[in-house]
Amino acid sequence: MNDLVSGIDIAFWALAAIAVLSGWRVFSTDSMVRASFLLLLSFMAVAGIMLLLAAPYIGVATIFMMAVEMMVMAVFMVMFMMNPAGLNPMSMVHQQPLAIGAGVVAFIGLSAAVLTSPLPDQPVAADHRAIHALGIEMLGDSMLIFESAGVALLSAMIGSVILSSRSGRFGPADPGSRPPGLCEGGLPAGSVPDENKNHGMGHGMQHDTPNAAPQDTHGAHGAQGS
Amino acid sequence: MTLQALLIVASALIGLGLYGVLSQQSFVMLMMGFELILNGVLLMTMAFWSFGSAGAPKGQLLAILVMAVMALEMAIGFALVTAVYRQRQADTTEALDTLKH
Repeated sequence: MNDLVSGIDIAFWALAAIAVLSGWRVFSTDSMVRASFLLLLSFMAVAGIMLLLAAPYIGVATIFMMAVEMMVMAVFMVMFMMNPAGLNPMSMVHQQPLAIGAGVVAFIGLSAAVLTSPLPDQPVAADHRAIHALGIEMLGDSMLIFESAGVALLSAMIGSVILSSRSGRFGPADPGSRPPGLCEGGLPAGSVPDENKNHGMGHGMQHDTPNAAPQDTHGAHGAQGS
Repeated sequence: MTLQALLIVASALIGLGLYGVLSQQSFVMLMMGFELILNGVLLMTMAFWSFGSAGAPKGQLLAILVMAVMALEMAIGFALVTAVYRQRQADTTEALDTLKH
């Protein structure tokens, strides 16, 4: 029995290290697609810890859900980011000291709360049928909560379709839309620089004039201009 | 594997996620920070379920609700990113300065 317990401990600490290290690498890697897969790795490690905690349903559901979610995230990275593969590394962070301070304070504060407060000690029994109990709970006493979560997901689907559609209640969403400048007060992204001035700031798009970007948002290549 | 160790690992995930939310410029990376925070919350929920409640089924139900919140955050977040992109062609938080005065 001792061997089994120490094996679980080793597995727990290994998974915890993977979860935290890959969570840290998410924000320190150049490639954003790689960052989404690192986040997936962090979720998988947490799901493994849940399996160790004798919660097989939640653990496996986390793996399935996060695998799909991170694929969607990687697709959105490629769609929206100007540099999803990190081929030309650039710093995409702001207010770094404040962010580091807030993260460290959150970690130290939560850890201090964990270490100083009296924690309950009622471990789950070894022969507890977790999935059976969850099924009875979801379709029994807590059915209203479960169904409410489903309705909330449905309304989020409707809301996201409405938010992301081009033609809304008040007309098309994107006329007159103008990309932000590549630098402070600079030309909008995607515009071709004036050849006499030779800015070198364009992204190689074929516009007739430098200010042609607003009209181009209806085209499919609006996505390339970022 | 004790409840304290589990909660401290979850705290580390929450702290990392908070750092990401506050420091990242691009919207998608910012949402990855939120996901990391919810990852820590999920781990805390299951730790308390496993060590603090003798396996009460409502603890697992709470974890399922946290997962539903993750899905909601992703759906609405990406819809907002798409809407902002249509309006401003922007993918970084710095481009949204309309209220900054």
